[in-house]
Amino acid sequence: MLRYISKRLLYILMTLFLIVTVTFFLMRAAPGGPFSSEKQVPPEIEKNLNEFYGLDRPWYNQYFDYLVSIAKWDFGPSFKYKGQTVNDLINEGFPVSFFLGMESLLLAISIGVLLGIIAALNHNKWQDYTAMVLAVLGISVPSFIMASILQYFLAIKLGLFPVARWESLQHTVLPALALAATPMAFIARLTRSSMLEVLSNDYIRTAKAKGLSRGQITVKHAVRNALLPVVTYLGPLSAQILTGSFVIEKIFGIPGLGSHFVTSISNRDYTTIMGVTVFYSILLLVAVLLVDIAYGFIDPRIKLAGGKKGE
Amino acid sequence: MKKRLSILFSLMLVLSLFLSACGGFEKKNESAGDKGKDGDKAANVPQELHVNIKTEPFSLNPGLANDSVSANVLYQTFEGLTRIKDGKPELAMAESYKVSDDQKTYTFKLRDAKWTNGDPVTAKDFEYAWKWALDPKNQSQYAYQLYYIKNAQAYNEGKAKAEDVGVKAIDDKTLQVTLENPTPYFLELTAFYTYFPVNSKIAQQNPKWYTNAGDQYTSNGPFKMVSWEHNNKIVLEKNENYWDAKTVKLTKIEMVMVNDTNTELSMFNNGELDWAGMPTGQLPPDSLPKLKEEGKLHVQPIAGTYWYKFNTEKPPLNNVNIRKALAYAIDREAIVKNVSKGEQIPAMAAVPPTMFPENKKGYFKDNDVKKAKEYLKKGLQELGLKDVKDLPPITLSYNTDDAHAKIAQAVQDMWKKNLGIEVKLENAEWAVYIDKLHSGDYQIGRMGWLGDFNDPINFLELFRDKKGGNNDTNWENPKYKQLLIDSQKQTDPEKRKELLKEAEAILMDEMPVAPIYFYTNTWVQKDNLKGVEMSGLGDVQFKWAYFK
Repeated sequence: MLRYISKRLLYILMTLFLIVTVTFFLMRAAPGGPFSSEKQVPPEIEKNLNEFYGLDRPWYNQYFDYLVSIAKWDFGPSFKYKGQTVNDLINEGFPVSFFLGMESLLLAISIGVLLGIIAALNHNKWQDYTAMVLAVLGISVPSFIMASILQYFLAIKLGLFPVARWESLQHTVLPALALAATPMAFIARLTRSSMLEVLSNDYIRTAKAKGLSRGQITVKHAVRNALLPVVTYLGPLSAQILTGSFVIEKIFGIPGLGSHFVTSISNRDYTTIMGVTVFYSILLLVAVLLVDIAYGFIDPRIKLAGGKKGE
Repeated sequence: MKKRLSILFSLMLVLSLFLSACGGFEKKNESAGDKGKDGDKAANVPQELHVNIKTEPFSLNPGLANDSVSANVLYQTFEGLTRIKDGKPELAMAESYKVSDDQKTYTFKLRDAKWTNGDPVTAKDFEYAWKWALDPKNQSQYAYQLYYIKNAQAYNEGKAKAEDVGVKAIDDKTLQVTLENPTPYFLELTAFYTYFPVNSKIAQQNPKWYTNAGDQYTSNGPFKMVSWEHNNKIVLEKNENYWDAKTVKLTKIEMVMVNDTNTELSMFNNGELDWAGMPTGQLPPDSLPKLKEEGKLHVQPIAGTYWYKFNTEKPPLNNVNIRKALAYAIDREAIVKNVSKGEQIPAMAAVPPTMFPENKKGYFKDNDVKKAKEYLKKGLQELGLKDVKDLPPITLSYNTDDAHAKIAQAVQDMWKKNLGIEVKLENAEWAVYIDKLHSGDYQIGRMGWLGDFNDPINFLELFRDKKGGNNDTNWENPKYKQLLIDSQKQTDPEKRKELLKEAEAILMDEMPVAPIYFYTNTWVQKDNLKGVEMSGLGDVQFKWAYFK
């Protein structure tokens, strides 16, 4: 087990190195620079700026310096926001995205699983069709449209929630719902199909024959096994959802991390591009590793490669 | 077991969300009811303003700011020697001033004013702030706004010492400024944010004073910043230490950062904002016709021109008659009415009417196809071409954006229909596009220009020198240049205006740019909000604002 994890960590480091290198050179290859503007900066000032950010030095110096500072978890000053470092941007933005992501994850899992179970228990009845129509809608409606629909009906027409922004728990409901819609629908479909499979198993028939009530059968025997595929899906989903969504954060005016992914590129904010890319990569790689490890614990039938030999 | 617990927990969370939401609903109704009651007693209207500023400001240090978001925060929190009201500078931090006969030396007497922490505002604070912005090691991208001051440019370029710069605190209350040239609009400039003072006591000790709200962030304007949540919102409150505090009626301004035009309008409709649209935010372009129909839309012309630049070194645009033919064959009225739909004003001149009121009419007729055809014929002759088809290929470029694309398509169509000239369209992402334009790698390119202060020189000096600055067209004219140089030395405002008009006439005759329209501010606001001051330069001041 230990050997497996250390091997995976080594791979993570190598992947990160590749990501940093490719991003660095792609970014520099793009035309334009962080100080491009319709009001041109006088050449002398641009020279000073380049000196301050180290852009006047040869690319290999910049590249190696950059590798060293990433290793020290120091992403440098932001070009776009004077006096703020990229570490500040991440430290301020990530908790917001994380909170919003957790909320939508919980929503997606709880409602998705519930819908899936209801649909499976009432297979081919109206409840099933309603739940699955909802699921298809959730998957096929893009999140920005979902966000506008929610804003229009729940905020403007009914006045239940504020339209946008990030202030109180109440403000978080609409963006969390909009963000949760797609994974919720996906989870509902996953749960339904695996529930149907489980319900047709022999041990469910045995339980029925023993005279257990329908509720007991569902909760104790069916749901527990039916949830495994959902857990599998959660790994990549959480890495993606916790780092924030550009679209949702823009529409709801949320100060999360997601907006930096896109705006930093159009601003040619070199340090921020690198910072958020590295941060996201680490999160994704670690999440994938965690899921792989978790498999072994959740389902004893799955063995980690090398685990057996190591012990 | 654990899984069941987590499901239970999730359900509870969802339930609590809905419950809390319902709680909020009731509260909202109550406050709406309160507002209704308050309407009868005007005195009790809450004087709290909610506006959207779209994004995080670049910097709230006046010496570093170079964007409109920062500007619109700084105009509330800081104050320069003068302040613009009704388009004219009035005395602010300065109590009085004297100008020397050659109009090159200004001596300002400061009034008794305090910083938000109680420190007195002194002449030294001005001297310190201006020299700090000019100091090359501070990398201020807007330091050139101070180049009107003697030796400012030399110091900023490392060719002179700080002592040589023409700004000096004679004593605590007297500031002497020496200029390079007589500058008739200098009192407009002193209202601009790069000319704001900075509390030198704090700034000298703490070079990072401007990065967050708190006791280190002191300002001298009508409002003080009480909180700054980066990328989220800025809260300002009335500054009781302000010298003119009795004029200020708003008690609080909340500036949120929502960078989505549709959301901004929805928030306004839902009562979460008191103002949506320019100058701090923006309305969705599609919503403008409907808002206008409902009579809710406010429109104000501002000092900005949207134009197509011609690269005068690329054939066939090196021919003045071809350029004129293209410029005359554009139906601006149709573009403004049917394409951009933002209530803009068709532009047949370079300088906006906020600076030259007579420019509403302009130098030529809009959509003058007959003249355009004549010019085209002449141009073709000069180039030795028989037919329009023999013209070298022309490409019209713009930065990737829906609005620019629609206008470019309309113009492409007009040129084809009116002149038979086929142009290709090409777009690039902003940073790439700006690079191409500045390096001359284009034929016809879209650009907009917004004035920094209310003087025509802002627009005309763009085309003074072929290289350097923001000309981009590679056009140069010795007579034009001489007129602008003469205008700098002219102390009589009427004569100066004549010189500038003459220069503009040359520009419109040689046509290195084809103006399309003059920008306007469009916005919606609460009906009972009064006294918001907008200078026509895209900035806003809430000093005199109040709710009725």
